[in-house]
Amino acid sequence: MRTIGFFVFGWLLSMSCALAAIDPALLRPLASDGNDAKIAAITALADGAQREALPVLKSMLKGSLALAGERVVIVDGQRVIDAATNSEIIPAPQVTESIGINNRLRRELASTLAALRLFSGDREIRWEAAQELASGADAELLPLLEKALASEADAEIKGTLQMAHAQASLGSGDALVRLAAVRLLGASGDPNVLQLLGPLTEKRAGNWIEPDSAVRAAAGTSIRAIENRLAFAENVGRAFTGVSLASILLLAALGLAITYGVMGVINMAHGELLMVGAYSAWAMQSVFQAYFPNLVDWYLLAAIPAGFLTAALVGVLMERVVIRHLYGRPLETLLATWGISLFLIQVARTVFGAQNVEVANPVWMAGAIEVMPNLLLPWNRIIIIGFSIAVLAAMWAILNLSRMGMFVRAVTQNRPMAGCVGVPTGRIDSMAFALGAGIAGLGGVALSQIANVGPDMGQGYIVDSFMVVVLGGVGQLAGAVWAALGLGVLTKFLEGWTGAVVAKIAVLVIIIIFIQKRPQGLFALKGRFVES
Amino acid sequence: MRPSPARTPFIVRLGRSFDARSWLLVGLFAAFALIAVPLMHLLLPPENPLHLSTYFITLTGKILCYAIVAVAMDLIWGYGGILSLGHGLFFALGGYTFGMYLMREIGRDGSYQSDLPDFMVFLDWKELPWFWTGSDHFLWAVLLVLIVPALIAFIFGYFAFRSRIKGVYFSIITQALTYAAMLLFFRNETGFGGNNGFTDFKRILGYSITAPETRVVLFGLSALALIGTLLLARYLVTSKFGRILTAIRDAESRVMFIGYNPLWYKLFVWTLSAMLCAIAGALYVPQVGIINPSEMAVANSIEIAIWVAVGGRGTLIGAVIGAFIVNLAKSWFTVSFPEYWLFFLGTLFIVSTLWLPQGVVGLYRRLQAGRGSAQDSEPAAAPGAAVATAATVAAVAKGAGV
Repeated sequence: MRTIGFFVFGWLLSMSCALAAIDPALLRPLASDGNDAKIAAITALADGAQREALPVLKSMLKGSLALAGERVVIVDGQRVIDAATNSEIIPAPQVTESIGINNRLRRELASTLAALRLFSGDREIRWEAAQELASGADAELLPLLEKALASEADAEIKGTLQMAHAQASLGSGDALVRLAAVRLLGASGDPNVLQLLGPLTEKRAGNWIEPDSAVRAAAGTSIRAIENRLAFAENVGRAFTGVSLASILLLAALGLAITYGVMGVINMAHGELLMVGAYSAWAMQSVFQAYFPNLVDWYLLAAIPAGFLTAALVGVLMERVVIRHLYGRPLETLLATWGISLFLIQVARTVFGAQNVEVANPVWMAGAIEVMPNLLLPWNRIIIIGFSIAVLAAMWAILNLSRMGMFVRAVTQNRPMAGCVGVPTGRIDSMAFALGAGIAGLGGVALSQIANVGPDMGQGYIVDSFMVVVLGGVGQLAGAVWAALGLGVLTKFLEGWTGAVVAKIAVLVIIIIFIQKRPQGLFALKGRFVES
Repeated sequence: MRPSPARTPFIVRLGRSFDARSWLLVGLFAAFALIAVPLMHLLLPPENPLHLSTYFITLTGKILCYAIVAVAMDLIWGYGGILSLGHGLFFALGGYTFGMYLMREIGRDGSYQSDLPDFMVFLDWKELPWFWTGSDHFLWAVLLVLIVPALIAFIFGYFAFRSRIKGVYFSIITQALTYAAMLLFFRNETGFGGNNGFTDFKRILGYSITAPETRVVLFGLSALALIGTLLLARYLVTSKFGRILTAIRDAESRVMFIGYNPLWYKLFVWTLSAMLCAIAGALYVPQVGIINPSEMAVANSIEIAIWVAVGGRGTLIGAVIGAFIVNLAKSWFTVSFPEYWLFFLGTLFIVSTLWLPQGVVGLYRRLQAGRGSAQDSEPAAAPGAAVATAATVAAVAKGAGV
């Protein structure tokens, strides 16, 4: 830390050679007594010297500014540097008094430094400085901001600066300046601005904090505008997380919908197929780390087929070894698949350990899009939504365009009849089960990016994905899609109002009531069916 | 249920529901649980090889409660064809309602020396919530144990059976119900101690809950409750009601066409089953000393089904045997080989559904039949009926599965 500090300092020193000297009259007041005097001195220095003032103010912030007689100097270890000329004084004079700072001064220095960076030649530095100032600027900085505004060419930075300027002008003594500032702030979407404007409409000890009634009214309007914008962003955010949850539910439920639709089999081990998919993502990550370290960001692309195939393989095994022998006994199948799920959980614990394994987001999935200050859309969620849409499209294509899909639909609708016209129902069962399991594997790969990967991860999704299937109706993609969307968005909006647990309970109760009205789910299959 | 012209008194019909050999077994079991166990636990010194340890009493008492749940499950699943994955809820509700009484019995002996249960003091509550009213009275607690879970089961069952939800749909919905209840009970605001539930019980009816005498009494009560449950269940399934129930299981539509309304039959046996579970839960909590929301976990409820499946569905004694086999295995595995318990349980689920559709009792009967000694008509008839049942169920389910 210290070494870096010295390097930076050295860099500042080398840069400073090109700079002009500062008028010592501007420097001397920095050592005056009292905060207010010091703040005035800082503002004056920044205003008068701009770029040259940077090293001095930075030293002050570090607490290494001192007084050697009447000269203001920077103490750097053994060396003593003249603050005015930024050159070392040899021999080093005796330091008589160090210039102390407190928290208030520290804040002041930080924002002044940010304001000074507004004059940097580098656009990125200016942009950062402008954003820093937009989240809190004092009236003392107004002259600097105005100067910066006048010289700024970049429209984006200029807009941010205007907000910063408006914030700073709220402390101005001129009612008209305040009015303009309040109106301008109304265009903000930043929750911090609300705290700034809030006091303007309040009374303290019977007196309005803001004396001017026009400013008060404008502040009220601005507050409402900002609140509306924030509420809108919040709702959009909720809808987004709802859709994101729906995409996960859909991936978990699609496979279940197929196996239940085709075979009338409730696969309690479905959650564990998700787990298998997630662990294959982890395995792929390990393989890439070991053998293709420079391609490690793309392990996820390899994990997609790996997850599908592994889960499909486990699914086929399950179907061949156990489920096949339990046809026509749905309740027994339910219990047997629960046994399989316990078995798979213990296998995962034995092989991979009981702890969660770490699956990292690739770089291209990290980060978020900032739509508004309080609305961030994370990339991994967006990609998963896209992924589930792609899986859905692929499923639709397989079911509706391929020969196998036609057979699957036929068996779903009427198994004996399909068998009579020559559909190999046994083989279709195996294939449908493999497909459903594979899709669960894909869901697991997606889950590995946003949830913990551990032996028990599948258990948390069983009830939810069953609810999607029950709500959506059997053997219908559209049903599953609408049910997942409805459940996801409803859950997230309820969570916003009532908290997560109550929301979950409410959703379950709503489903139970809904099933009363429509026992066949949202989308019942139409046609002739044998009902028991 | 139409009252049949009851010529023979109820008590006689109740007595007739067991044959002589079964009565003998029941008598032996009662003698063991009510006389031998107390003597061997209280009078024999610990060095004596016949002494029964506290561990034995607690473990067996616990399993006796599980056995009651298993019989209740067998009633609705084995005879009614309704697989509930939510029976853990009723068991836990019984435990919670009785636990409320036990919490109040702690009095001021808790860590905070307050009249309120410790967790309420911890949450900074000033008075008892309304549903705790009267929970300090033993009889009120017993009444609640009998009424609350039964009422919940009745309301839920009424709506579910009315809209003819059955098969796996019903199973899934009951699973969701217990899951929702578990989430609810995990919340501190619900007023049942949140995560930790109820524990640190001190007294029951003024007697110390850890005293050997109290344990023996609770053990005996559990044994009596199990006998009573078995007797009641046996009476029900051999009565006309039981036959209609079995008929509904095998061909609900036909029963409806004949003129019965399956709703009330299913609802009655469902509510009764929930009530039995609640009694078991209320006996379980003082013996184990804790009740928390994890009793409502989905896995627990499914495990109940496997007790019945292992023992043999549709054979009431099978449910008891299954509960003992699985739970003894569980306590042995979790002590000796904790990492293999899930393998064992998973295998048990698969094996019992694939190769032991009639469970241990079915296996025993098959072996007996294999020896060529068809002793009397009753055991021989049962497997035959079971096979026919399985066939009808399969036919019905095939239709439903499409």
